[in-house]
Amino acid sequence: MNAKTFLAMLRRDAHVARRNFVTLLLQTLFQPMLLVFVFGKVMTSSGLIRPEYKGMLLPGIIALAMLLSGVWSVAMPLVSEFQFTREIEDRLLSPIEIEWVAVEKVVAGMLQAIAAGLVVLPTAWLVMGSGVGLSFSRPLDFVLLALLVSCLAAAIGLVLGTSVGQTQIGLMFSLVIAPMIFFGCAYYPWSALQVFPTLQKAVLINPIVYASEGFRSALVPRFPHLPRLAIYGGLVFFDLLFVSFGMRQFRRKAVG
Amino acid sequence: MGETVAIGIRAEGLRKVYTSPPPAAAAGRGAGFSFFARGKRPKQKLEIVALDDLSLEVAPGEIFGLLGPNGAGKSTTVGVLTTRIRPTAGRAWIGEHDVWRERVPVKRLVGVVPQRPNLDLALTAREILVFHGAYFGVPAAERVRRAQELLERFQLTDRADRLVLGFSGGMLQRLSIARALMHDPRVLFLDEPSAGLDPQTRLLLWDLIRADNRRGTTILLTTHNMEEADELCSRVSIVDHGRMIALGTPEELKRSIPGGYVVRLHLAAAPPALLSRFERLPGVTGVRTSGDGAVDLYADRGGALLPEVARLSNEAAVEIRDVKISEPSLENLFLHHTGRSLRD
Repeated sequence: MNAKTFLAMLRRDAHVARRNFVTLLLQTLFQPMLLVFVFGKVMTSSGLIRPEYKGMLLPGIIALAMLLSGVWSVAMPLVSEFQFTREIEDRLLSPIEIEWVAVEKVVAGMLQAIAAGLVVLPTAWLVMGSGVGLSFSRPLDFVLLALLVSCLAAAIGLVLGTSVGQTQIGLMFSLVIAPMIFFGCAYYPWSALQVFPTLQKAVLINPIVYASEGFRSALVPRFPHLPRLAIYGGLVFFDLLFVSFGMRQFRRKAVG
Repeated sequence: MGETVAIGIRAEGLRKVYTSPPPAAAAGRGAGFSFFARGKRPKQKLEIVALDDLSLEVAPGEIFGLLGPNGAGKSTTVGVLTTRIRPTAGRAWIGEHDVWRERVPVKRLVGVVPQRPNLDLALTAREILVFHGAYFGVPAAERVRRAQELLERFQLTDRADRLVLGFSGGMLQRLSIARALMHDPRVLFLDEPSAGLDPQTRLLLWDLIRADNRRGTTILLTTHNMEEADELCSRVSIVDHGRMIALGTPEELKRSIPGGYVVRLHLAAAPPALLSRFERLPGVTGVRTSGDGAVDLYADRGGALLPEVARLSNEAAVEIRDVKISEPSLENLFLHHTGRSLRD
């Protein structure tokens, strides 16, 4: 590994992200804030939903914001850099093993996912107003989960970015990512699926479940959530799965 | 930098067979759910032989040309020599380094100018150069200085701090070359460097290539422009269907064509009797019919042959529809070896 090259590639991604700061910020904040406002503010204040829902919703919103921003920030540039523009070529020709180019993409995606989480958490909290009841009694858990979830996001981005064509990436988001979001236990806890036993088991193949339940366990532990062993087990498993599959796809795509 | 020793290129028995459409390293096409489709479809036995036992040796400090039509395997050769394509068989070396086994040291030594500009569209021209320097570990102050110097040398200073999206083809190409030079490579690969450039930019480009070569850089360029090969290269190899079919200095190669001149006739008919009478004309060394019905006369003169040709055709009552005379050139050489024109 060549640290100078690796850091230079990270600096390049940071530079581009800084240049697109406003767009990125809007993209990260806009949708979660609409959701938070409608479900966490309007519905709860009007009495349609019980106020406790705020605390239930917030961890899910953070998980989704991190996942979407991580997936997007890795997948979208990769799709175009590998296809029409071939921009990735200058990094593939840099004096570093090409696997590290993929690792750099994952690290850059993790940083963006973490930044998204850091922006969305306080904003959502502010929008919802009082009664969210976050607890920061397990900071280590929170940090660890943030790392695992951001890695998951970036790795899913790596898989998508190296496996899907430019023309299908939109379709991919609506056919694969959208159902993952809705069955990802972000808007309701996993335990709420008790009434649908088959569905409750089926959603366990969805990595987003572990992200949402994970943040729930760390930020609002008073609510029911998956056991910590299952959360960490699921996240580590899916991290490894997507990273290794993404690396394989990257290698295939990068070398003729 | 001036005193560093030049480095050569060597390749032995390179073979590349694509069993799926070439991935992006060779061509930039293709889109699809590659990981869904694979395996579900019945396996199609698609085999494209891009390189077929190609060997070559480029001397240190040489400008070496690979001449051939599109699809001859030129870009695949460049891809293999620059670590971007894994050969199916054969080995290649840049200096002492085995290209496939020592990819990182090889990447340090080579600069690559691709056939189609692949510049980083998220960056400005100057940033492209500076970041490229950073990838190669060029110290910060040095890379800023070198970027400025290259921008000046390649006449890009007025657009240096703009995103490259709106650049013209010539500017993109110049910037591509400037980028390849940022880390001071010992071996420079130029894939079709002047394709699509206007004549003026092409001349500038040739000067820049020569200047870089004088500083001790070994250069391998691919082209389907015989004038370019003639103008720049100390030696030229003609490739077709992944094979090398001729090798030598441009002069040697041109001399190797029988007669040197080619008179290409399009006749209403080509009776064998007429062709054998053409063959007996003084100065004609060979007569060949090519695929599209044309007749090529290889001869030691061009226009001077026409009265005789016209007389014989007249006597045989064959109408001449078109005549084209080409002087000794690499283009004719290619025609001679393959029966096809370079542009076909």
